[in-house]
Amino acid sequence: MKAKMVNSPGSQPENLSLIHQTRGQEFWRTFKRNKLALTGMVVLGFFFLTALTGLFLTYGREPFFNPRTVRLADRLRPPLSRPHRTIPEENRPRFGIYILGTDDLGRDVFARMLQGAVVSLSVGFVAVGISLFIGMILGGIAGYFAEVKLLKGVTVDDVIARLIDIMLCFPVFFLILTLIAILPGNIWMIMIVIGITGWTGAARFVRAEFFTLKNQDFVIAAEALGIPRRRIIFKHMMPNALAPVLVAAIIGIPGAILTEAALSFLGFGVPPPHATWGNILAVGRRFIFDAPWIIFSPGAAILLTVLSFNLFGEGLREALNPKLRIR
Amino acid sequence: MLAFLKRSLWQRVITLFLISVIAFLIIHLAPGSPAEICPLNPKFTHEDIERLREALGLDKPLPVQYALFYKRLFTGELRSFKDGQPVLGKIWERFLNSLPLFVVGTILTWFLAFPLGIKAALKRESFFDRATTFFAYLLIALPAFFLAYLLIIFVVQRFDVSVMGMTTFGIEDAPWAFRWNNRLWHLLLPSILGAAGGIAILSRFVRSQMLEIINQDYIRTAKAKGLPEDTVYYKHALGNALMPFITMFGLVLPALIGGSVIIEYIFAWPGMGRLGYEAIMARDFPVIISLNFIAALLTLMGTFLSDILYMLVDPRIRL
Repeated sequence: MKAKMVNSPGSQPENLSLIHQTRGQEFWRTFKRNKLALTGMVVLGFFFLTALTGLFLTYGREPFFNPRTVRLADRLRPPLSRPHRTIPEENRPRFGIYILGTDDLGRDVFARMLQGAVVSLSVGFVAVGISLFIGMILGGIAGYFAEVKLLKGVTVDDVIARLIDIMLCFPVFFLILTLIAILPGNIWMIMIVIGITGWTGAARFVRAEFFTLKNQDFVIAAEALGIPRRRIIFKHMMPNALAPVLVAAIIGIPGAILTEAALSFLGFGVPPPHATWGNILAVGRRFIFDAPWIIFSPGAAILLTVLSFNLFGEGLREALNPKLRIR
Repeated sequence: MLAFLKRSLWQRVITLFLISVIAFLIIHLAPGSPAEICPLNPKFTHEDIERLREALGLDKPLPVQYALFYKRLFTGELRSFKDGQPVLGKIWERFLNSLPLFVVGTILTWFLAFPLGIKAALKRESFFDRATTFFAYLLIALPAFFLAYLLIIFVVQRFDVSVMGMTTFGIEDAPWAFRWNNRLWHLLLPSILGAAGGIAILSRFVRSQMLEIINQDYIRTAKAKGLPEDTVYYKHALGNALMPFITMFGLVLPALIGGSVIIEYIFAWPGMGRLGYEAIMARDFPVIISLNFIAALLTLMGTFLSDILYMLVDPRIRL
């Protein structure tokens, strides 16, 4: 019924139906007009499914696609080629074909790409989760307790603003390299290091939102009711500050994925034999003229993932921005 | 006006001090204390620990270690673990190598991003606007290390020139024209790569900034009183649209170190980024700490510079 009324432009009932739309409906209506963002969302969905199936198909003792099988007779085979006749039956690729070719040890690039998808996406999500966590807490404190004096006129906000300044002064990528070289290298450490060097964006967004929120009536009312401060900050104010943070997170994930790929590419990433898109590229760089397919698959995969995250994030930002909303 | 400058300088001095402490403390992050070999981290050998103990005076209390380290750095006594050369001299030499890359890259970025962004804003929703938007997104998403190899494959196969390093090995006796041609070819790819991401991001910024300005009332007024479009856009709008980019100008300085690690690594370019990579691989702590510190110093100098510029341009701040 409602959809029907929206389809008749200019009439009185249309305006009425728009007023009665929930925020979610309004958001979706604006978002789906942005075809690029919609495409980004679909591609992202596809990558999630790939990563999920990759998890089931390439892990375990006897995986369906084995990314670790070394076949020295089949080194640097181009995509869609068939295995050499000397390869024993149990080492042959599934379906008797190397879908994306093989690398310098004869490992199946397709299986390695599947395994790498899991690593890339999970590093992106966990790292951004960590930076959001730190950023929201510090930004929330800075915004809510802004004027509280600590000593000699130095306010809480001064301290946290200085902390953000310091973080912004370090060359981020070089700092990450330094930390990873010193700390024991494993996948969790990489997520943590990318996370703790990337929280400034979220902190600044939350701080700015809290500055406006804390003078609004519902917060003052909550304070007057004697609700504990922690509850006011996290239960009452945070949900209202979440929209820009969410967008920052969606746009932060591809950055984390790129950083992880760059680390793996330089040899600081997830340790071998585990495949990631970055270390497939790092192997391929030595054979760019003889076997360019090794760098094409991970390069294209990173490109597509980052591109669709960015398009999706931009679409979200526009749909959540009341100034840009289509009335 | 002076008070503003004084406050801004004072804040930066404090920030720099805190950064120097943090850069120094990073070493103490190593598992256990840096003076112990951590069984979990095979990267630390016994000799490393001995050298660390000697260079940083690890048996002294922390504040003394800190003072000692920076005293040595500034007096030029601090020496690299790897080859015993003074750290400052090493960094200066690599800085001079990075400079041409940085200058060409920055010029490319700023001279391409602004015209592209402005034109895209003035012709909003046109084919040109859509095309630049598409390419900007593509460039942002293309990892530098992938784009680098695409370009290497293309240039080497198409033009048959060598691109690795700063010059081709063994051409020192060639005529100068040949040597310069060779140098330019080597400079071309890394600078394009250094500029690519910047062009994409900056041109988007310019576009949105310009769009915001040309929807303002005073632009409508200027148009309404019959001024030619070019005067309105390039005289009335552009100046105001460019204001925020003064702050960004200061932020390009730190890219000298951080932004160039991967590109200099791929092209075997002996610059600061490559120095950082080599130092990390060799666990050359004096160089690592100094590079982090100098990068932060450059950033602070850059932001201070942009504060001053902003003050000169925007009369509202001077009050």
